[in-house]
Amino acid sequence: MCDTCGCNLTPGNQHLAFKPVAKGATAVSVLKGLLQKNDDQAGHNREHFDRRGILAINLMSSPGSGKTALLEATLVALKDEFTCAVIEGDLETENDAERIRAKGVQAHQIVTGTACHLDAHLVHDALHQMKLDGVDFLFIENVGNLVCPASFDLGQHLNVTLLSVTEGDDKPAKYPVMFRAADAMLVTKTDLLAVLDDFDPDKAEAHLRHLANPAPAMRLSARKGLGMEAWLTWLREQLAAQRARVAIGQSRRPAIQSDGQRLHRVTA
Amino acid sequence: MHELAVAQALVEQVDSVIRQHNASSASLIRVRIGPLAGVVPELLASAFPLAAAGSRMEHAELDLVAAPIQVRCQTCGAETEAALNRLICGACGDWHTQVLSGDELLLESVELETAPSLIPES
Ligand SMILES: Nc1nc2c(ncn2[C@@H]2O[C@H](COP(=O)(O)OP(=O)(O)O)[C@@H](O)[C@H]2O)c(=O)[nH]1
Ligand SMILES: [Mg+2]
Ligand SMILES: [Zn+2]
Ligand SMILES: [Zn+2]
Ligand SMILES: [Zn+2]
Ligand SMILES: [Zn+2]
Repeated sequence: MCDTCGCNLTPGNQHLAFKPVAKGATAVSVLKGLLQKNDDQAGHNREHFDRRGILAINLMSSPGSGKTALLEATLVALKDEFTCAVIEGDLETENDAERIRAKGVQAHQIVTGTACHLDAHLVHDALHQMKLDGVDFLFIENVGNLVCPASFDLGQHLNVTLLSVTEGDDKPAKYPVMFRAADAMLVTKTDLLAVLDDFDPDKAEAHLRHLANPAPAMRLSARKGLGMEAWLTWLREQLAAQRARVAIGQSRRPAIQSDGQRLHRVTA
Repeated sequence: MHELAVAQALVEQVDSVIRQHNASSASLIRVRIGPLAGVVPELLASAFPLAAAGSRMEHAELDLVAAPIQVRCQTCGAETEAALNRLICGACGDWHTQVLSGDELLLESVELETAPSLIPES
């Protein structure tokens, strides 16, 4: 195995790999994930987290689905129990980091410019500018976008995808890559359900199951404090699971990112 | 659009293959891409020339091989094809399935042009 380029070239089979396919040309089989470099960096980020027993959670949604509002309510609820920190990747103009700091929680704003997603390198740069010792939960608020962020592993242990009731309940069917990646789906702004008769939370959950995703679908309103207890209980359970993994030297990747490569048959 | 970022990662990878093998350029780049990878083949194809401009693969042909979605049912064991937003078992309809293929995003192979003087010694 050739470490640098990942191809299957060894001194023993080099003559095969270099067998000319045409005059002056050679074909090389590589079989390597295109985002390998990002994934390697994500693995390194995960080591930073695991070394300190931190549980890292990546929050993804459309713009305005309520990621920052959920964080505000969550940080207040967990304040006396845990130490939290936040990496803000959502549009800096929204002053999301300021909203978090107003709750007395460490927040680092990633300057994404026009970027439509975070990647593992951006998160790593942020990590090295933060105080991570003693942190229990690290929340990463991704860029509001249901497309790109799903493709980039950041080193998080869990993906949480928000779907507000002001969006369509068929969003999981329209954005399957994103919702397939969710370790939990949160139906947010449920206080508005009374005035919106076209969003059916059961339908949203059915669309999620059609993506073969067993993730819990929790319904809540951060603004009105509805359904928050189930979410907070889930967070506590997930932190306990992370501590148990760390104690035996194991880690966890978001459910979807771990099975892909392992299951694939060699097709080439 | 993140396809440009993916194209840049591809160019970096192919460049390291070119260097590893002391080749002068790449003439064909084959990428296997499944619908569940979250990368739109057409967008990747149009981002590639931008990312490859001035590199040793700027004249390479980019061959995007579509990988079909295949799932294995955990209830009945059947292996069937599935649609992007219905990853359910084609035999019994259960949603407890695992994706066998369709989410890959792989640099499969590269064809290299070797300058005669640079052919590696064995
Ligand atoms: N009615 C209602 N509005 C909410 C709730 N959560 C957030 N919002 C509103 O939705 C808008 C976007 O919320 P924000 O947290 O900034 O969304 P983000 O872009 O995903 O971070 C703001 O006007 C919030 O006040 C909720 O639970 N109920
Ligand atoms: Mg926000
Ligand atoms: Zn090699
Ligand atoms: Zn580091
Ligand atoms: Zn993007
Ligand atoms: Zn079945």
